[in-house]
Amino acid sequence: MKNHLTRPALLAAALAGSFGLYSLTSRPAVVADAGNAGLKLPAGFGALVVAETGARARHLAVTPQGTIYVKLNRVKDGKGILKLTPGANGKATVTGGFGSYGGTGIYAKDGYLYASSDEDVYRYKLDAKGEVTNPAQPEKIVSGLLNRGEHESKSIVLDNAGNLYVNVGAYSNSCQVKDREKGSMGRPGCPILDSAGGIWQFRADKLNQQYGNGTRYATGLRNVVGLDWNAQANQLFVMQHGRDQLHDIFPSMYTTKQSAELPAECLYGLSKGANAGWPYLYYDGVKKQKILAPEYGGDGQKLADAKYLEPAAAYPGHTAPDGLLFYTGTMFPAKYRNGAFIAFHGSWNRAPEPQKGYYVVFQPFKNGKPSGSWEVFADNFAGSAEKVASGRADHKPCGLAQGPDGSLYVSDDKAGTIYRIVYNQK
Amino acid sequence: MKKLSVLLSLLLLSSGVAFAQKKTTAKTPAKKPTAGVSSALLAAGKAVYVQNCLSCHQADGGGVDGMNPPLTKTDYVLGDKPRLIGVLVNGLKGVEINGEEYRSVMPAQTHLSDQQMADVLTYVRNSFGNKASAVTVAEVKAMRAKALK
Repeated sequence: MKNHLTRPALLAAALAGSFGLYSLTSRPAVVADAGNAGLKLPAGFGALVVAETGARARHLAVTPQGTIYVKLNRVKDGKGILKLTPGANGKATVTGGFGSYGGTGIYAKDGYLYASSDEDVYRYKLDAKGEVTNPAQPEKIVSGLLNRGEHESKSIVLDNAGNLYVNVGAYSNSCQVKDREKGSMGRPGCPILDSAGGIWQFRADKLNQQYGNGTRYATGLRNVVGLDWNAQANQLFVMQHGRDQLHDIFPSMYTTKQSAELPAECLYGLSKGANAGWPYLYYDGVKKQKILAPEYGGDGQKLADAKYLEPAAAYPGHTAPDGLLFYTGTMFPAKYRNGAFIAFHGSWNRAPEPQKGYYVVFQPFKNGKPSGSWEVFADNFAGSAEKVASGRADHKPCGLAQGPDGSLYVSDDKAGTIYRIVYNQK
Repeated sequence: MKKLSVLLSLLLLSSGVAFAQKKTTAKTPAKKPTAGVSSALLAAGKAVYVQNCLSCHQADGGGVDGMNPPLTKTDYVLGDKPRLIGVLVNGLKGVEINGEEYRSVMPAQTHLSDQQMADVLTYVRNSFGNKASAVTVAEVKAMRAKALK
């Protein structure tokens, strides 16, 4: 028995030694914090706190040189974007800020940093060191997107052909005549979809675009916060926040238990012209069926029109997927390559049932399609099982980004912690 | 008016003393320090809360960050009663409470009866650490009549 224990230990020591040498010669060591910064991770992974921003850190971007830019939900000390400069041991220090607007979206590609307010998209030039050169004079790429104070965040991503994709969330739960009011039915031919409830495509390099210059790339999506471009499938994938309050609005059709589980949070693979069916349907992850929404004549059983897009994968209800990232690094083991990490911000609409989420999930992919079941990858952002159940989480994971070495960065918009997850076995 | 308030404060004072005394004598059954609200009324209010409010404002009344306002330590709940009743009668959207912005839509709760509104508001004003006077059916009726005009 003892032998069994000492052999792997010796091996690990030898590996650690060689890894130490390797890092001495090539790059600064990234050391996990004691207790992995409170996170629960698969064997071989470690986590550290990169920085405590004390702000509502929404999405984040890491440049090829390792500088981290964090988009804040609300302006703090006049800054809506924080700049974090990497230091020793994989940590970073807040060394500046710019952008006088709150928001969610931020994305770095091809020498530019793109960032969004809740109405506009801007871009900043990055220099050879991966640092923004014009913090006070960004180029305005898109302006005038709809913000009515519900699902207002404008998440952004670029493809490899010079296109920018922007989510415009629906300013409604289920397109009722009276939003969220008990028994109120759906507005016929939901007019919200004209200018919201979908993904808009713009040119990434053209200034001063408005709705008229863009294309409604996909519709019938209630609200997307996490989205990413899958280079293998050459396709945009998005995570939708499913509708709320089936029981509150239609108590005779749904119990509180059903209302906690329904609908599933869905991953969609989009192509131009795709329609995911909101507000006319929701996805039942238990039956694995698209169900006609009660606002449009549904009863919890009737199926929706089959013409609408089928989700690529489904996850527990109301867990609020806020970040999506296709992992293309080589630091993590092979099974993670080209798979999806999804940051689930955590639920509120499961009450009175216990809340759920507050974790980062891994969804395996093969040839650009989900393959196999998802698993919780990084857990315990909340701090304890009780804090998950009550929804009073210490941290809420929101944004995901991949570092130049293949580290996975996670932002938290509750306490403002920036995490870095590394794989330390070789 | 003056006399009334003097009387009232005397009453409150003496009940406070009585309460303090009760605390020391362990034999009397423990009573929640609510502002003279019966437990039956609180139970009725709680039933309305669980059915109509809990999924957004949560079991602890703490609300949801950035979305659904908390019902604790806020002037909206503890202050002006007509304004509070108005939230149920007219709904509410986009408020700032103690420097925090809450953006979700609160629909009007007009499917509730006057009695249910009074019960649930009294419950909220006397739960989650709150302590304030009861909301009466007459006060609700007055606000609803105003809203119809």
